[in-house]
Amino acid sequence: MTSLQKPEIAIVGGGPAGLSAALSAVRQGAEVMLIDRDPALGGQLVKQTHMFFGSRKEYAAIRGIDIPGKLMAALEEEGPEKFKPLLDTTVLGYYDDGVILADKEEEQAMLIKPQKTIIATGAAEKMLPFPGNDLPGVYGAGAVQTLMNVYGIKPGTRVLMIGAGNIGLIVSYQLLQAGVEVAAIIEGAPKIGGYLVHATKARRAGIPIKTSHTIKEAYGKDSVEGALICSLDENWCAIPGSDLDMKVDVICLAVGLTPQTELLWQAGCEQKYIPELGGYVPLRNEKMQTSLPDLYVAGDVACIEEAGSAMVEGKIAGLYAAADLGYAEKVEERYTSYYRELEELRAGPTGAKIRQGLSRLNGGV
Amino acid sequence: MRIKEHPIIDFKRGKPVSFTFNGREITAFEGETIAAALHAAGVRVLSHSHDLKRPRGFFCAIGNCSSCLMKVNGAYNVRICVTPVREGDRVEMQEGRGDIIAKA
Ligand SMILES: Cc1cc2nc3c(=O)[nH]c(=O)nc-3n(C[C@H](O)[C@H](O)[C@H](O)COP(=O)(O)OP(=O)(O)OC[C@H]3O[C@@H](n4cnc5c(N)ncnc54)[C@H](O)[C@@H]3O)c2cc1C
Ligand code: FES
Repeated sequence: MTSLQKPEIAIVGGGPAGLSAALSAVRQGAEVMLIDRDPALGGQLVKQTHMFFGSRKEYAAIRGIDIPGKLMAALEEEGPEKFKPLLDTTVLGYYDDGVILADKEEEQAMLIKPQKTIIATGAAEKMLPFPGNDLPGVYGAGAVQTLMNVYGIKPGTRVLMIGAGNIGLIVSYQLLQAGVEVAAIIEGAPKIGGYLVHATKARRAGIPIKTSHTIKEAYGKDSVEGALICSLDENWCAIPGSDLDMKVDVICLAVGLTPQTELLWQAGCEQKYIPELGGYVPLRNEKMQTSLPDLYVAGDVACIEEAGSAMVEGKIAGLYAAADLGYAEKVEERYTSYYRELEELRAGPTGAKIRQGLSRLNGGV
Repeated sequence: MRIKEHPIIDFKRGKPVSFTFNGREITAFEGETIAAALHAAGVRVLSHSHDLKRPRGFFCAIGNCSSCLMKVNGAYNVRICVTPVREGDRVEMQEGRGDIIAKA
């Protein structure tokens, strides 16, 4: 075991939330170690080839893949001596005394004892139970994106997409761009969950979107050769005789995300089950501080939302983690502007679910 | 199954490397994971479930699900979806849980 490292602030997860937290804390003057298990920073953004929705301030209308570079350039400008990225490094444990155990490929495990820790580990994809869901060829939407947008490899030739939320719609369109056929997008709910712009784009490209439909089974010998789908009545029960056999070699699951809270459970901070926010999420105050005073959170791990809000939450967590260490310049002023940004992002009908979830988290009904 | 043309992304592939899968020689590009390289070569079955021996493939691509564990250069239980491919790698299908006590 190597010697104990003691950065002022450690951030676990270098997606939009973690990167923004790093930038915000470094700007205050704190010294930051940013740990990510991937070989490159950016989290989910490294696969998002589409133009982003959200507020202009948080880089809407530029492509997701281009955002990490901008944040990295800003960090570079603030002074690289204060910023230490630790890549290819997985955080495995968080102990009672605030010590982090991290593992870097082919090196010895590391112990890190920061004064403040920000957890920004993002989310994991949900699974759907159906016979044959373990066959090769059933992929999470994230895996399909990784294959085609990071490595330039087609996942197969003909895809059935399950889920018509934003992710299902966007990944379907990206499949077409990669030259892969999308047989249909099916959605259990009677309504498309994603934004109209994305649904329209998919429809215009000729992909049928079937609402009130679900998958009954996937079949194939060694890998997926097809799927049986059926329609659902208003009680989500299969309508007899509505089975449809679809010949596809890939079934892509885009049925939602759930916060990756393992480290928060290990740390022992208080969490509550809030379906609107994606599952169990940590209790936190307006500073993004959890029930443990030295532990902060930001991004999808705190609430399944969007990159824009993840970045603002990151800024708030970074700001206060640094302020608590005495780097308190213009804290009130900055917080007020970040808070307004969050409010703007969560305004209107698209933010209703998040607002309701956050109100329940804070004791409302 | 590599994408040749794409309206948005310009894939900058690394230099070619060769490795073996169950003895068969496969060419990949530096910077790819072993899983990506196998997928590009049309290999979809990566392992089998312990009890029922059902085929298992690539699923999460981020090292979360353990569906892609293989034997790489003699080491068992390597998550090939997060392991970069290197020149001369020996990749083998692993049956069972693997022997984790390294033999010299
Ligand atoms: C298909 C798709 C389309 C989207 N489109 C949009 C859009 O148009 N606009 C928008 O605003 N949002 C969009 N989003 C959502 C957005 O990508 C996420 O909300 C955002 O990435 C969340 O940021 P994050 O930093 O919280 O998490 P992530 O981006 O998931 O980053 C988490 C990071 O933590 C690392 N990590 C996790 N666990 C560990 C560990 N134990 N040790 C070390 N590192 C760890 C991971 O490697 C990862 O890099 C989209 C998402 C998807 C999947
Ligand atoms: S595909 Fe999930 S761990 Fe490799």
